[in-house]
Amino acid sequence: MTVYAPPGQPGSLISYRDRYDHWIGGEFVAPASGRYFENPSPVTGRTFTEVGRGDADDIERALDAAHGASRAWGRTTATERAVILNKIADRMEQNLEMLAAAEAWENGKPVRETLAFDIPLAIDHFRYFAGAIRAQEGSISEIDGDTIAYHFHEPLGVVAQIIPWNFPILMATWKLAPALAAGNAVVLKPAEQTPASILLLMELIADLLPAGVVNVVNGFGVEAGKPLASSPRVRKVAFTGETTTGRLIMQYASQNIIPVTLELGGKSPNIFFEDVVREKDGFYDKALEGFAMFALNQGEVCTCPSRALIQESIYDEFLEAVKLRTESMRQGDPLDTETQVGAQASNDQLEKILSYLDIGRAEGARVVTGGHRAELSGDLSGGYYVTPTIFEGKNSMRVFQEEIFGPVVAVTSFSDYEDAISIANDTLYGLGAGVWSREAAIQYRAGRDIEAGRVWTNCYHAYPAAAAFGGYKGSGVGRENHKMMLDHYQQTKNLLVSYTQESLGLF
Amino acid sequence: MGLPERVAATDAALDMLRTLRGQHGELMIHQSGGCCDGSSPMCYPSGDLITGDVDVHLGDLDLGDGASVPVWMTRAQYEYWKHTHLTIDLVPGRGAGFSLEAPEGVRFLLRSRVLTDEEYGALHAAGFV
Repeated sequence: MTVYAPPGQPGSLISYRDRYDHWIGGEFVAPASGRYFENPSPVTGRTFTEVGRGDADDIERALDAAHGASRAWGRTTATERAVILNKIADRMEQNLEMLAAAEAWENGKPVRETLAFDIPLAIDHFRYFAGAIRAQEGSISEIDGDTIAYHFHEPLGVVAQIIPWNFPILMATWKLAPALAAGNAVVLKPAEQTPASILLLMELIADLLPAGVVNVVNGFGVEAGKPLASSPRVRKVAFTGETTTGRLIMQYASQNIIPVTLELGGKSPNIFFEDVVREKDGFYDKALEGFAMFALNQGEVCTCPSRALIQESIYDEFLEAVKLRTESMRQGDPLDTETQVGAQASNDQLEKILSYLDIGRAEGARVVTGGHRAELSGDLSGGYYVTPTIFEGKNSMRVFQEEIFGPVVAVTSFSDYEDAISIANDTLYGLGAGVWSREAAIQYRAGRDIEAGRVWTNCYHAYPAAAAFGGYKGSGVGRENHKMMLDHYQQTKNLLVSYTQESLGLF
Repeated sequence: MGLPERVAATDAALDMLRTLRGQHGELMIHQSGGCCDGSSPMCYPSGDLITGDVDVHLGDLDLGDGASVPVWMTRAQYEYWKHTHLTIDLVPGRGAGFSLEAPEGVRFLLRSRVLTDEEYGALHAAGFV
């Protein structure tokens, strides 16, 4: 076991600056307004750095830098860009522990997750898109013996990316790697809850990317995010967040006639069929862990398996087993590698989760375990901690229908296959789902019948590059994590070429 | 007797709305769903978000002096929420999409209670739920 030292203490790997400007044109640039905002760590609730409070002027400067760099970057060869992406991955790998500890400190998530999950996945993501762009080919169509249509992939130009706070470095990477591989320049706005770790990464890789290819402007959504998302100077907007802002971004995009990709969350069902308990073997243990995945990253995951559907015939037995598994989770200092559940990312997130614990009870849902704020001692007493919570109730209740974004799962039972699918699909969203069964026919049918973009089958919360990720229904538009993402950052140039020497004879 | 109210706001939230109205002019609120800062009320300058037939107008928050703020939610989301009364509150916090209050270091937050049978019956009879 290791407990990483917080910043400022002897031996700490985490070294944030006291103040961060914007990252524009390959260097730190002070915000035009001269204003900064405080950035507290959710681990303790205390401010550890301050960050530039960007506005429309800063966005324009970042767009200037991006447009300045975009043409040359778009003309680099796929080989050159792939080499750079691989070097970024290598640099991150050499600094994995530092990045993992810094990410845990800013977001509140357990360092065991950033060490094993966030940062390694981000590293692999850069490598995946380095490979994907090398292997990408255009196409030709032979229209007739003398006429050929050539199709080239060209970058869009300058794109806007708005990043969520739940996996700051990983979510930035999901968007940056394909955009850069495809030859685009980027203006990126991190979430105001987690503005600093991405800047740590920018500094770390500053010598690898040409100046202006990636620019980072921090600030509040209304002051910095909105001017970026509505700018006529970007050729695409990518956003991960919630539905109303998603609508706004589509609205702005419609004014500029540009594409968007949106990842807007879900209320993912995790379905446990009765054959799961047929034996108390390794698979059974894996299924219990699959249930407990609702607490991964404190539930702050768009695909949090926040609805568990358990077949009636095994309901009591299975619920008792997952209750014990949930109560055995270790909650505490996110910088301790033994900690499984850390802090919620912000105070308003904590308040929102507590408000859902209230409405769940008021609607008549039964608290099986948890259901309250976790009071930790010492330095952690000011942090934002919630006890992993299981509600039992009906799918019509609001705790079954709304994304709480906390370590809260709502459990209900189903009678048979049809009932399971009906409950699973009774939601506005369709991002993720889990199916647990030993029977191949059930696995396959359920996977196809659930209206969601990702159905984990006998697993959950795996996010390997090369597996497409994105939503059905209200969960958004587009896919990430797959080479098809390159299409979202490219446009097609068609050269239609005639090789005949003869006129058509029309005029 | 008038129809039962579906949405209200605490004094702290109303005070903040008055402040924001002074800065930005007429306002609107749209209840969000989904990821990250979702499931939270978003406050915009009036007309910033184009509402339409997909939305339900839940009511207006009275700021006094003839000023009010309409509150909206998508119809599909309201289907799952219609048995509850909503109160918009204000808490210290950070970040919320493009909602106007975030730079003030606060966040609008929704608190809910289940409607009484009488309230729900009256709304049902009037065709609202």
